[in-house]
Amino acid sequence: MPDLSINFCGVRSPNPFWLASGPPTNTAYQVMKAFDAGWGGAVWKTIGDPIINTASRYGSIDYKHERMIGLNNIELISDRPIETNFREISEVKKRFPKNTVVASLMVESKRETWHDIVRRAQDSGSDLLELNFGCPHGMSERGMGAAVGQVPEYTTMITTWVKEVATIPVIVKLTPNVTDVAHMASAAKQGGAGAVSLVNTFNSLVGVDLDTYAPRPNVGGYGSHGGYCGPSVKPIALHMVSSVAKHPTVGVPISGIGGIANWQDATEFILLGATSVQVCTAAMHYGFRIVEDMIDGLSQYLEDKGFNSVMDLVGKSVNRIRDWGDLDLNYKIVARIDPQLCIGCNLCYIACEDGAHQCIAAAERPRGDLRDGEIAKHVPRILEDECVGCNLCALVCPVPGCITMEQLDNGRATMSWRQLQEARGRNPQCTMGDLLAKGTAAD
Amino acid sequence: MHTGPKLTPEQLEENFADINPPLTPSLALEAASRCLFCYDAPCIKACPTEINIPQFIRQILTQNLVGSARTILSANVLGHSCGRVCPTSVLCEGACVLNAEGKKPVEIGRLQRHAVDHVLNRGINVLKAGKENGQRVAMIGAGPASLACAAELRRLGCAAVIFDSKPHPGGLNTYGIAAYKMRAEDSMRETEMIRALGVDIRNGVTIGRDVSLEQLEREYDAIFLGVGLGETDDLNIEADNIRRCADALSFIEQTKTNGFDHVQIGTQVAVIGGGNTAIDVATAARRLGAEVVYMIYRRSREEMSAFDYEYELAKVDGVTFVWQAAPVRVVPDARGRAQGLVCVKTELGPPDSSSRRSFRPIPGSEFTLEVDMVVRALGQKKLAFLQDIPNLKLDGGKVVVNAETMQTANPKYFAGGDCVNGGGEVVDAVAHGKRAARGIHAALAAQQRGVAHA
Repeated sequence: MPDLSINFCGVRSPNPFWLASGPPTNTAYQVMKAFDAGWGGAVWKTIGDPIINTASRYGSIDYKHERMIGLNNIELISDRPIETNFREISEVKKRFPKNTVVASLMVESKRETWHDIVRRAQDSGSDLLELNFGCPHGMSERGMGAAVGQVPEYTTMITTWVKEVATIPVIVKLTPNVTDVAHMASAAKQGGAGAVSLVNTFNSLVGVDLDTYAPRPNVGGYGSHGGYCGPSVKPIALHMVSSVAKHPTVGVPISGIGGIANWQDATEFILLGATSVQVCTAAMHYGFRIVEDMIDGLSQYLEDKGFNSVMDLVGKSVNRIRDWGDLDLNYKIVARIDPQLCIGCNLCYIACEDGAHQCIAAAERPRGDLRDGEIAKHVPRILEDECVGCNLCALVCPVPGCITMEQLDNGRATMSWRQLQEARGRNPQCTMGDLLAKGTAAD
Repeated sequence: MHTGPKLTPEQLEENFADINPPLTPSLALEAASRCLFCYDAPCIKACPTEINIPQFIRQILTQNLVGSARTILSANVLGHSCGRVCPTSVLCEGACVLNAEGKKPVEIGRLQRHAVDHVLNRGINVLKAGKENGQRVAMIGAGPASLACAAELRRLGCAAVIFDSKPHPGGLNTYGIAAYKMRAEDSMRETEMIRALGVDIRNGVTIGRDVSLEQLEREYDAIFLGVGLGETDDLNIEADNIRRCADALSFIEQTKTNGFDHVQIGTQVAVIGGGNTAIDVATAARRLGAEVVYMIYRRSREEMSAFDYEYELAKVDGVTFVWQAAPVRVVPDARGRAQGLVCVKTELGPPDSSSRRSFRPIPGSEFTLEVDMVVRALGQKKLAFLQDIPNLKLDGGKVVVNAETMQTANPKYFAGGDCVNGGGEVVDAVAHGKRAARGIHAALAAQQRGVAHA
């Protein structure tokens, strides 16, 4: 049985699956239920001066029959008294000493106020602190959350204040609503952050009701921008996590967040540099029970791949991310359609024809129905000489394994754009085509 | 033995309840979300009326139900009834690419009904009549072919008048479809929508009796023959003067017009024939309360022309199949009512002119089925009426037409539906009617241009 436990900033956690700060971690009741279900840790719903919320608070995006592929909220931090939250954290830690409890904090930007809340959080028995510099709505208008996280100097300053009194590791939670999230991670590190977590929610307006003209979610006919999360944000979050992981000087543990709903999503974040992952929307959608397959699926994956510990996976794909200019321009693949598997929907044809490079041919389908006998199989044809190997046909094909991208041996050595530029400098008389054909042998 | 109602009105209603009930909005979204939105889709190519199926399904998904109905009805004005009665498993759904992956096809028929119901239930007219062009066209028969022809003509700006001898329009759509598939009222809702396009439907008028062909030819620029077929073929055995021997069309018509508790039904019923109409009769007989229903067919299961799903339905309804048996005579009781059917077993030989295996009776193999009602379901006769039309070319009683324009050998006459194909689906009749309307419009426009040039 592979070891799922992790070491995050010196804190041991039974597994990398943590609940993110949000509605599922509002109370001791919820967090204890989650730990019983198998979650390794929980980041408490952000603690600060209690707020008053609106109704409604959430809006979502559905796709076809799939509900809530993206979730937007205008809910604020905890509406419960600070002392209640810390008392409940103490109770949870007493009952679940091995599980990780992270106190998420957000108070006004005053040194003494931060000192006070940090001390109280430590007294409660929290394992880690997470500074919420990410919330993009409501709190930011009051000078907190993303208002701090979007200014590197503020991020550094407040982290420094926290570190002045902190005796446990400090995570800074980053907002994605910035130009370069790795730069913000660097600012947090400068302030003394021991780790970063990302991403918080994306500034969003989830939709407009076409009958009432009111934005969603609707509060008495009006709405406000909110924070967007859920499965649809995962690719953007993955990029941001990897950009922090690749940053040459940040080098702190990462807790990955953004659309994680299952063990596969979680594993991708871990491969791109996350040590722990945080989940919110999927737990809001289906409840805490989803962690069972996350644990089981990740264990099975580690076993199948021959890893003893999940820690061996952390960052394994980071160095496979390169600048575009370092990718091999001589790597050649073409699409192949398996005529046995093809069901004749022509989606590859029309995607390539209208949306890509006109490399698939399809004859017009003859008229006819089963009363006249069998309907002949209708399989489009790849024009291999034209195919640019873009993947689009394979992406739109509804049949798994029907369209594959096959590597062609064009006999060329690798050559990246950067190498090509260098070769052009050395051989100004040669065309780009000639240089590519020669590959790195062009020297 | 009696032939009065055998079940309570509530039981009868339950037995004839919609066999394929409408989709709820939620089920419709789920069903629609399965459509891949194929390009040059095979379902379109398998639909005689070429409805843009992926388009109307996408419109259901985007909650544009009026637009979805417009997509359907502009290609097939009888989209509601076709959604209910089309043999979709051999047409659009049979061609659905999902079949090739071993999946269930998209429920195109039910989705189509879902979209059209939306506008029918709300009285929304999605089709508009064209600008009046002065062309006047008469349709004989108010069945699917004429209705489709008339609707298309109105959209093209022609005046369209339908004459029909029955009290209600719709033809077999109203009178001839099994009640658990569609009620007469549903057919009528559809014809009302067509009337709203400005089609003048005159029921209770028999051409050749109330209005002469000459009068029609004088008053209209073109005439469309959508007359369908005649009455059910005779058995040609000793039966036709015995009571409780019925024909399929009259029997089905009773279930559609009289109320189920007014339909005469035996306790043990023999249905003679192996087509889809024979199945409709047999299942209706069971649903009306007949205890035993035999379906007697001269050939074997393999040769039967009924669709597989119809055969499966009859089996589920508890119909007893008597294969390779031919009726010899009906045995009457003392009061002249059927009390038995003598049949003879048959053996099958090589294919005959119908390309099905031939059969011949086996001498001495007679046997008697105890039945108190016999219904013949053997296909329909060709209409003698067609012979009254000058210069019409017939082939085996079927009207010969130009397949592109549906024009007959007499250029003033066009034709479509069962009188042309010898008996097809509603959707085939609609396709004919639509094609004929375009043929008529083009021919009359050419005439008008000719006159203008002269």
